[in-house]
Amino acid sequence: MAATQEEIVAGLAEIVNEIAGIPVEDVQLDKSFTDDLDVDSLSMVEVVVAAEERFDVKIPDEDVKNLKTVGDATEYILKHQA
Amino acid sequence: MSKIKPSKGAPYARILGVGGYRPTRIVPNEVILETIDSSDEWIRSRSGIETRHWASDEETVAAMSVEASGKAIADAGISAEQIGAVVVSTVSHFKQTPAVATEIAHKLGTAKAAAFDISAGCAGFGYGLTLAKGMIVEGSAEYVLVIGVERLSDLTDLEDRATAFLFGDGAGAVVVGPSQEPAIGPTVWGSEGDKSETIKQTVPWTDYRTGEVEKFPAITQEGQAVFRWAVFEMAKVAQQALEAAGITSDELDVFIPHQANERIIDSMVKTLKLPETVTVARDVRTTGNTSAASIPLAMERLLATGEAKSGDTALVIGFGAGLVYAATVVTLP
Ligand SMILES: CC(C)(COP(=O)(O)OP(=O)(O)OC[C@H]1O[C@@H](n2cnc3c(N)ncnc32)[C@H](O)[C@@H]1OP(=O)(O)O)[C@@H](O)C(=O)NCCC(=O)NCCS
Repeated sequence: MAATQEEIVAGLAEIVNEIAGIPVEDVQLDKSFTDDLDVDSLSMVEVVVAAEERFDVKIPDEDVKNLKTVGDATEYILKHQA
Repeated sequence: MSKIKPSKGAPYARILGVGGYRPTRIVPNEVILETIDSSDEWIRSRSGIETRHWASDEETVAAMSVEASGKAIADAGISAEQIGAVVVSTVSHFKQTPAVATEIAHKLGTAKAAAFDISAGCAGFGYGLTLAKGMIVEGSAEYVLVIGVERLSDLTDLEDRATAFLFGDGAGAVVVGPSQEPAIGPTVWGSEGDKSETIKQTVPWTDYRTGEVEKFPAITQEGQAVFRWAVFEMAKVAQQALEAAGITSDELDVFIPHQANERIIDSMVKTLKLPETVTVARDVRTTGNTSAASIPLAMERLLATGEAKSGDTALVIGFGAGLVYAATVVTLP
């Protein structure tokens, strides 16, 4: 069953917490991965792969650079999840 | 039909000795910053690399190989005449004919050992090891010298922000010989030619000769694509190598992945869920990425510092341009 926006944000929060050690409550829609959440470009690849598995989506490398904020990623996953 | 006598090999093979050679010139990140817009902090945080070694004109592919091999032969406690084959993996020896392995075999004083070069990028050591094991078990050589050697500084575009800081030079060698017990597990290896564009030489040599391009060829890569592949696909391959050898991660003592980038190493360790008891090679910090040389160099250092010891069970995995990969579990010499 497709995940809702809320579920996706919660899932991303867990992933970011796991990878960058940021508290889950800090992971909000308007937060930028690199500027606010200490996720650099290589950690972002890890976040993306974890999100692919969790939400059953494919996020190709060329799309990753457009996912600047948690909101961008959430929207992408909502649109592309199987 | 006449009956052909079969060759007779050893029951199993093992690594008997290891040796390394690092060029005398140590190059800190400050030198890299002279040609790219970057910072020491960025290079360390994205790659773990603090220093690398760059070879001088005298530290040729052959000279570095002879140094590393001499140490490996001494470590194995054999003499050069006993070596039946010399396998050299390199992508940075610029005289393709004859194979540099023949010069190395001669300089070491082998008794006309079979000698040849292979090209398997950063998986070269695992490819060479697999060939060596086959030769020993099949019976065409009793002892095989496997060398990984690179002068990647010759193939580095110092103005390319994605690679200028990454590569280093050096040679690592192992002597593989007969064993009564299995000490080199099954190799899990392969190639993914559909991803050949992700790490490659910029242009063929012939384009440089004809003047079609002005810049000397160099190695370029799509860093993030390589990172994703290395971390997630190669963790699966590493897991398969453990399973093929019948070793659980709890039974593993040492993990020696290709020293491509410390971030790849960190991520692989996490993905593989290796227990904290496993010693992880992080030679990349002071050696950079030396492609085919990185695994034997890291192995030699872990043994020299006492972080690993003879008889330890180690998982080795190489991966790189091709894309190609090779993983196996070995008993350390
Ligand atoms: C090379 C590597 C460290 C680059 O990291 P990356 O995160 O992919 O870098 P990107 O090119 O996406 O750039 C990310 C940011 O860092 C900046 N950047 C790139 N190179 C930089 C450098 N040398 N110094 C400082 N900043 C740099 C970029 O401008 C970009 O900044 P922006 O987000 O503000 O635009 C990384 O991709 C890597 O190591 N991949 C694996 C390569 C490897 O090991 N290959 C050998 C395998 S055998």
